[in-house]
Amino acid sequence: MIVLLTYLGLFLGSWSVLRLLSPRKPRPVFGDIAAIRPNRWAQLLSIIAVLAIWGGFTGSRLVPLHVPGPFLGQTGFDYGTNGPDGAAEGRVTIIVHRPEDKPDPLSLPVGKTVFATPAWRSTLIRPTDKDTPGTQIVTVEGLPISPGQSAPVPHGHVVLTPKGALSFTPDPGWQMEPIWLPAPEAVAARFWEIARNGYQNTALWEHLGYSLLRVLAGLVLGALVGIPLGYAMALSGWFRGWFDPIVEFMRPVPPLALIPLIIIWFGIWESGKIVLLFLAALWIMVIAARSGASAVRLSKVHAAYSLGASRMQVLRHILIPNSLPEIFTGLRVALGVCWGTVVAAELVAAEKGAGMMILVASKFQLTDIVVMGIILIGIIGYAIDILMRWAEARLVPWKGRG
Amino acid sequence: MTLLSLHDLSMRFPTPEGRETLALCDISLSIGKGELVAIVGPSGCGKTTLLSILAGFQRQSSGQALLNGRPIAGPGRDRGIVFQQGALFEWMSVARNVDFGPRMGGAPRASREALVRRLLAQVGLQGYADKAVWQLSGGMQQRVALARCLAGDPDLILMDEPLGALDALTREKMQSLVLDLWQDTGKTIILITHSVDEALLLGERLIVMAPRPGRILQDLRLPFARMAAGGDLRAVKQSRAFQSRREEILSTIWGLEEEIMGRPEAAE
Repeated sequence: MIVLLTYLGLFLGSWSVLRLLSPRKPRPVFGDIAAIRPNRWAQLLSIIAVLAIWGGFTGSRLVPLHVPGPFLGQTGFDYGTNGPDGAAEGRVTIIVHRPEDKPDPLSLPVGKTVFATPAWRSTLIRPTDKDTPGTQIVTVEGLPISPGQSAPVPHGHVVLTPKGALSFTPDPGWQMEPIWLPAPEAVAARFWEIARNGYQNTALWEHLGYSLLRVLAGLVLGALVGIPLGYAMALSGWFRGWFDPIVEFMRPVPPLALIPLIIIWFGIWESGKIVLLFLAALWIMVIAARSGASAVRLSKVHAAYSLGASRMQVLRHILIPNSLPEIFTGLRVALGVCWGTVVAAELVAAEKGAGMMILVASKFQLTDIVVMGIILIGIIGYAIDILMRWAEARLVPWKGRG
Repeated sequence: MTLLSLHDLSMRFPTPEGRETLALCDISLSIGKGELVAIVGPSGCGKTTLLSILAGFQRQSSGQALLNGRPIAGPGRDRGIVFQQGALFEWMSVARNVDFGPRMGGAPRASREALVRRLLAQVGLQGYADKAVWQLSGGMQQRVALARCLAGDPDLILMDEPLGALDALTREKMQSLVLDLWQDTGKTIILITHSVDEALLLGERLIVMAPRPGRILQDLRLPFARMAAGGDLRAVKQSRAFQSRREEILSTIWGLEEEIMGRPEAAE
């Protein structure tokens, strides 16, 4: 909730600041959508805002401003007991340390009245253990307390358990625990470590490469089958009639819904994944090739025939080049879908792969690896799309200019 | 010498309501070699259907269409077609568009290169051979289309609204180009147009068609094409003779449109 409000504040804040700072330019008429260009400053600030919130709520050293962190250091509280030996008073000292550190044993010996706990964790304190049996804690910081009740103490609060012990919880602050969300530098450090040493006996590039390889294999197979099938459906009424029900039925089935069946049929190994990705790409490519070939302007076909072209020449020189822009769009969509599907398929079962990496890491609560994996998956998906757009501009420059 | 002759050509289409429309009704026509024929008429008069039958894209329901004495059976290289914009192959360069026909026919590279150079010069596009067609303006694209059509050396050139999408100035330039090409090559040209001005100016012979059923209403011989070819096109358009012809044709077509609008079935 606080995170969302902070984000909203950053959004509105940077908007109004930039509107005040930037020179007044004539703005396009409201509704003139074609004139809208993404604001460069907004793009830059958007990324900075996400990093600032991430860093600010995880106590990152890279970000100057933080929300209050968990209490760290030394605290303590007074308590009073009552028992067979009469009333007595005592004091406990608590050292709250970072989860990844051990308390320094030399500074204060942990013993009868000194306890240590990592931040965000509660600890049980039994100061009456060595007293005469029957001695009970009755006050904390001078206020009476009975079992089940909670009382505030400096830098935390205690709860008196029914068995007479005190459970101390230090102030958690507003920052996220690293096990929920590690700081950006922790993720970056983990990235360098895994990039150098690998994870689960496999290099990082091999994990990612395996995922990419599966995607490419599935996509190539899907395109090899789907594009000719799409052309056949565009050109022949029989093919269209025969395959239309299959394509129209399979198209809306999400590939992930096929995973259980694929596992039953092909097992969890490589062949199953490639079949799944093949199916994910196939229908997209069929439809792209079909609509690409169907979208040809009849006058182009007529012109080719009247210039003496044969049917094969019309296919080769008119229908196929005319459909290339749509096929490219199909490939782009299919790559995106396949990339999403491969990660999901690897989550189910795999020895290597980006999805497997984050799944195994999550089982060991290695959140930094999970976050790193998600970021890498996102970056690769984005890079693939940029690459495809670049290739599209190079290979089909006539797109949309017929 | 007769190049094309039509005998009682008819074309019927089934309508969605299960009836039939007569798009062309008993068209008889004979066109000699080297004629420039303009066909004009209100929409629905079947002029595009007629062109499509001549090109071989559609088969007539009855009657005969003979080219060089042989019935037309499908598209062929003896007839070149210039469409309204958008029929160029935008994935090919200007040169590849122009030599498409000879290339498909297996002509050697050297002869194709010479042909492309000659034709591009003829349509005023020297130096544009390696440009992509989508980089050209609409008028230039239609010049490419003319060159592509000429590359096949057809006996008959069919033009379906070739200048319809151009702006008025470009259109006048292209009209004089069509006239020049007609004079230089001596080709037979059938040109369909919506514009009465264009039909009067370009049509050495002007055929006015009427709708419901599609039929030939008038078949006129006009002097304007020969006057304008190589001469001043604008002066011809301003001449008194041209203006009075124009009024005559326009009022005929106007009358036809009124007649259609007045009929009850037109409102369906």
